[in-house]
Amino acid sequence: MMTMILAYNAVLLSFASGLLALMSNQCAMLLTLSQRFLTVDAHFPRCRKLLDRILEESRYASLHRQAVFVLLGLSGVFAVLAGLSVMMGQDNLTDQIGLGLPWLPWHVRFDGLSGFFFLIIGIGVIAVSLYGPAYVAFYQESQHPFAVLGLFTGLFVGGMYLVLLADDAFFFMIAWELMSVASYFLVAFQHEHSANRRAAFIYLVMAQVGALAIILSFGVLASFSDGLTFDALRQTTVSTTWASIAFVLALFGFGMKAGIVPVHVWLPEAHPAAPSHISALMSGVMLKVAVYGLIRFCFDLLGELQWQWGVVLLVLGTVSAVGGILYAMMQPNLKRLLAYSSIENIGIIFMVLGLAMIFMANGHPQLAALGFLAALFHAFNHSLFKNLLFLGAGILQHQTHDLNIDTMGGLIQRMPQTSFLFLVGCMSISSLPLFNGFVSEWLAFQTALQVDVLDNGVLRSLIPVSAAALALTAALAAACFVKVFGMIFLGLPRSRNSEKAQEVKDKSMLYGPALLAGLCFFFGIFPNIIINLLNGVAKQLLGQSLPNDAALSWLWLAPVSANKVSYSPPMVLVGVLIAGGISFWYLRRNLETKTMRRASAWDCGFGGLTPRMQYSCSAFTMPFRRIFARVWLIDECIDKEMQGAMDMDVKAVHYHLQVQDHSWPRLYQPITHGVNQLAKRVGRIQTGNIRVYLGYSFVTLILMLWVIS
Amino acid sequence: MTWLLAIFQTLLFVALAPLLAGWLKWCKCHLQNRQAPSLLQPYRDLLKLTRKQPVVAEHASWIFTRAPYIIFSAIVLAASIVPLIAVDLPTAAIADVIVLVGFFAFARFFLALAGLDIGTAFGGMGSSREMTISSIAEPAMLMAIFTLTMTASTTNLSFAIIHVLNEGLVLRPSFVFALFALMLVAIAETGRIPVDNPDTHLELTMIHEAMILEYSGRHLALIEWASQVKLMLYGVLIANIFFPWGIAQSFSVQALAHGLLAIIGKLAVLAILLSISETLLAKMRLFRVQEYLSFAYLLGLLGMLSHIILEASR
Amino acid sequence: MNIEQQDFYTQAILSMAALIGLASFLMLGQGRLLRLIFVFALQGLLLTMTAALSAYSLNNHHLYISAGLTLVLKVMFIPWMLRRQVLAMHMNRDVEALENKTLVMLGGASLMVFSYYVLHPIVQSSSTIMVNALAVSLSVVLLGMLLMISHRQAVAHVVGFMSIENGLFFAAIVATNGMPMVVELGIAFDVLVAAVLFGIFFFHIRTSIDSLDVDRLNRLNEVDQ
Repeated sequence: MMTMILAYNAVLLSFASGLLALMSNQCAMLLTLSQRFLTVDAHFPRCRKLLDRILEESRYASLHRQAVFVLLGLSGVFAVLAGLSVMMGQDNLTDQIGLGLPWLPWHVRFDGLSGFFFLIIGIGVIAVSLYGPAYVAFYQESQHPFAVLGLFTGLFVGGMYLVLLADDAFFFMIAWELMSVASYFLVAFQHEHSANRRAAFIYLVMAQVGALAIILSFGVLASFSDGLTFDALRQTTVSTTWASIAFVLALFGFGMKAGIVPVHVWLPEAHPAAPSHISALMSGVMLKVAVYGLIRFCFDLLGELQWQWGVVLLVLGTVSAVGGILYAMMQPNLKRLLAYSSIENIGIIFMVLGLAMIFMANGHPQLAALGFLAALFHAFNHSLFKNLLFLGAGILQHQTHDLNIDTMGGLIQRMPQTSFLFLVGCMSISSLPLFNGFVSEWLAFQTALQVDVLDNGVLRSLIPVSAAALALTAALAAACFVKVFGMIFLGLPRSRNSEKAQEVKDKSMLYGPALLAGLCFFFGIFPNIIINLLNGVAKQLLGQSLPNDAALSWLWLAPVSANKVSYSPPMVLVGVLIAGGISFWYLRRNLETKTMRRASAWDCGFGGLTPRMQYSCSAFTMPFRRIFARVWLIDECIDKEMQGAMDMDVKAVHYHLQVQDHSWPRLYQPITHGVNQLAKRVGRIQTGNIRVYLGYSFVTLILMLWVIS
Repeated sequence: MTWLLAIFQTLLFVALAPLLAGWLKWCKCHLQNRQAPSLLQPYRDLLKLTRKQPVVAEHASWIFTRAPYIIFSAIVLAASIVPLIAVDLPTAAIADVIVLVGFFAFARFFLALAGLDIGTAFGGMGSSREMTISSIAEPAMLMAIFTLTMTASTTNLSFAIIHVLNEGLVLRPSFVFALFALMLVAIAETGRIPVDNPDTHLELTMIHEAMILEYSGRHLALIEWASQVKLMLYGVLIANIFFPWGIAQSFSVQALAHGLLAIIGKLAVLAILLSISETLLAKMRLFRVQEYLSFAYLLGLLGMLSHIILEASR
Repeated sequence: MNIEQQDFYTQAILSMAALIGLASFLMLGQGRLLRLIFVFALQGLLLTMTAALSAYSLNNHHLYISAGLTLVLKVMFIPWMLRRQVLAMHMNRDVEALENKTLVMLGGASLMVFSYYVLHPIVQSSSTIMVNALAVSLSVVLLGMLLMISHRQAVAHVVGFMSIENGLFFAAIVATNGMPMVVELGIAFDVLVAAVLFGIFFFHIRTSIDSLDVDRLNRLNEVDQ
């Protein structure tokens, strides 16, 4: 019961923060209200003084902002506590709220799976609320009112909590729509740029199409059952064809929100358009809610899992992972790059979920639990490091006034703390050992390596190929983030904005990313904490836990069996520290050679080094462009301006590169064309002639009379 | 007790790596009709470098100056988990072959960042090419590992070697393919001919050398040593997984000495093969490396398919 | 039914089977004609050794004759003839640039998986492990056809056709311990005659349209554009 109170508190606090944000410009009104109210009661002079200080014009704005974000942060804290308590207690709490339709109250269920995603949302929200007040201070009140931002942030976060708590289809869809529409307003926050308006429009259209598909999938199940509650949907037995139809619809709907290729196109448009802390929430948290929806639908509501569905998930996940990271490599805009990288990670999650489904359907439920656990752990890790990277991108945007990687450089000396936190994020997302990204990749590989227990030879050939594709995406992600970190922070500054950039003055902007970076490192060294919690979730949902869950100690990670394979992150850390420490101390013991001599760069003796000579973004990725040329639509042209006698000397060289997504001309433009044509044809019934309209009423009346008779 | 032995094995690994590099150079020189330096020359080079004061560019950051230590630690840790003279040591249970690949990725990440740090075109070029080659080598390496682990049903190196030892002499097509795939990938990852020329400093042909162009003194010593240990790591992987006979399965002094002699012999033979191929082949154009690594991937894929079709079909 | 439990000869034959499959893949990726013919000769040599090993371990003496026939025809005579032809028509400098090499290779790999899937019921019901190699032989046949489809030069078509026959021969060794001698000789002579006829036709095609690129034969149709 305590747990439910914590969960409800989280929801209420987020709505409260939204409502409080509406008070953003009401300082004068509050002042008059307080004066009128408190002159009546003269017993609280101190209270009077406090209110006067708060409601002072100059300090009101910043205090109000902080108060809004404090409420939001508290909601995050409550969410974390609620999630932890329900996972540790292994409860399955249900409740009913009296809202909703009179004969259809809203059912609430809070079990381990919801609790885990509450944990994910909670940590993300805490980090964003630590970061928020200083970031939002940069927005000018006249053009970008804080009331709008705060209100819709609160509604967005509250909507996400409610999606996780919903236990019947009606409540689920209402919460889902609340989440989508609130985030639409957030994406359209900076609507003075037409690109942002377009991005918001695409986002809204695709969110609604996805929601329609989800409603249809619930409808398929509900038509065979006697109610809309998830309990009723669980009990129904559906034939395999109908179950497959429901699965395809759910995959389409939830996949569209999660960002699976080819329905991913809204992600790279919407995430750069939103403010950075909202992009962090959308990319780090909202995509996970879509994954939650798919897991709840497939593993919980649909009865029998078919292995073919698992193959579909595996193939879609692989294509999204490889395609996502290849597109990410070609983006010079930092936020678009991070958005495409989210597509890649969601692809990995879907891939491992597909593996879990295949194992489950083929009668190996313990290995399915391993895959399920790996997928959820990767979702958790991705929310941590993607939030960190987006918050860092926000800091960079404010300090250098630009998001183009090609104009940055050398920021590690000017912004040391930001660069360190960003480095931790880059290392986690590249799946390097000692950080959390590696542990979930390792678990994914271990799941894929158990393929030998299957009987089907085709599956035994397909799964290693997709595991090799997973290795390819991990290596490509490392290459991409080496490029990102190197171009932004290392080398020499490529533009005046970067030369003049400084570290953030308001250090509170760094607390949120610091918390996330610390968690990335902590869960990289001690992943067993989360794995133990996830073991409980898997046991609740799938009925099975890991093959070797007795041996999950803090030192060793041996998921399958201790005799087969194990990994010990703390010992790796100790080993690295010992080796590094010994070499560091031993080589620097000679006092003469201990200090380094600083001189100009060697550069093979060429000299005259300018920042323009460095590698740029498109130069670094040129080999990838050549090798994987068919993946993109590339338009590359080199113009040489000639001068001199007979036009033989080169005056200047202009290089133009444009990389486009294949899905636009192949998939979406034909669809929009078709929809426009259809709309034109349907529009013909509106002739404008009043006699035709009278004729329509006449025909309808005749039809009704005939039907009644 | 076994922990002491494990630490001793790691130190032996790290200490023998320059000797392997020296032997490789000796073989190449004799094949190319040149006068060879002594076998201990790499040790002298490393000592000379550690005694010199490093010269660092003015705008280099802490990543440039600390990267050599990070790279060296990662490679030493990788060396501790690969069985050199004995199996069943406790360090082998810390990590498996996928974590080994992760350690290499860790070292490569920092090496590429160090290349980008100074802001020269050489560094960017080296980092870009190195990340490209390693990304297309990863699937090939994983396919070879998959083939191995489908047979041995574990990714832990120690257990895999014990499994192969216990089976005796079995001629498996999947192992033949995996061996060739791993050899091709090893040449790509360690930067030998035909993928990269370790002796060159020409802009057209550098990959590894381009990233470390700005290093000097003890930093350069650490990075050179790390690359020698990496070459020995791949050699020990190939030698001990596919031809594990001779490795010590108990911890008696006699078995350990036997294991040491066995691995020295196997590495010597592998070095001779490498020097012959380096002498006969020329360095490939950069964009031909993709075909080369696709061929390695194809070999790994065929190995896995022949395991499924021919060896363990149901 | 695992490989560790078999005797050395079975292991060797299965390894040869894998190498024959590898040779088919190598032929798929080759652009130069002389190397293509060399790999084809190599495949014939592997086939000869498989037949000889099989004859030795199963004590089936007429497989020795099959092995000898393969050696003479597939390893020496036909490659020599094709090589002479290529050098006479100066085609050894033409390089066939395959546009979609990766796709073709991946397609070949999926053909191998497909042939395993198709033959799975037969292989499952048999008790000898050598029947596993049937999947490899079927894939050699399919890869030979893929070679004919993906290459434009006509000599590659001949090599593809011959490697189809290689696959059938290999299937015969593995599954039924060789074909009856009459069938064997008949097929061998058919192959020989086909090679000779190919040579004559190629000469005529070359003199009339001045190239052996099969896509150029499209020009022979008389449809008004």
